[in-house]
Amino acid sequence: MANSPMKERPLSPHLSIYKPMLTTMMSIVHRITGAGLYFGMALFVWWLFAAAHSPGYFDYVQGFIGSWFGRLVLFGFTWALVHHALGGLRHLLWDTGRGFELTKIEWMARATIAGSVALTLLIWIAAYAAR
Amino acid sequence: MSMRTPLGKVRGLGSAKSGTEHFWQQRLTAIANIPLVIFLVLFCVFMVGADREEMAGAIANPLVALMLVFTIISITWHMRLGMQVIIEDYVHGEGSKLACLLGNTFFSLAVALTGLFAVLKISFGG
Repeated sequence: MANSPMKERPLSPHLSIYKPMLTTMMSIVHRITGAGLYFGMALFVWWLFAAAHSPGYFDYVQGFIGSWFGRLVLFGFTWALVHHALGGLRHLLWDTGRGFELTKIEWMARATIAGSVALTLLIWIAAYAAR
Repeated sequence: MSMRTPLGKVRGLGSAKSGTEHFWQQRLTAIANIPLVIFLVLFCVFMVGADREEMAGAIANPLVALMLVFTIISITWHMRLGMQVIIEDYVHGEGSKLACLLGNTFFSLAVALTGLFAVLKISFGG
């Protein structure tokens, strides 16, 4: 490996060399929220499983979800879900070949951030109002 | 000018041997997830703080149970595809990549089957 000719070749510039931009961050956050939701879904089915298990076990899980830490996780899960969903809508639009103009990309990135925060807060206000 | 053989062109599978199937299923489940995620959020909003009777009562409704089944299938399918891309991007060792891809499939299946089992058990009267 030490004598490999690969070693002498110039490497393509990576993330750290570019100026961070909003669109770059959106792409990274889309991936991070996706990975977060991946593990968050385990919590969701744990909750369903507890309901199928027994009233005692359900109370235990519901107690965890209802705690300040559980609510914090759930709040993060909600935001990640909304952000990933809105980000996904942008990707579906791009799949049709539309929305690639720089001004539109920038506008959609800002709308995704604002929309994800606003919708998450709205969902939680509705949740507390419904209780 | 294309360097591909006529047979390769007809098969349309490319170097990954699976063609556009991964891309297509990612989009298919993404579109399905739009209404399903709205349902998921509503379900969670109404069920946070509920006791077991309320939760089981909601899932006992066949329409709710069916929506949960759709949601679990579509989301776990989508997340398996997404995590596969993340693994292929960042895990370079052949052995560890294979292990991660296996783990990804097992995890996604476990999440899907646990959720489906729970919903069906409650729905069928458990």
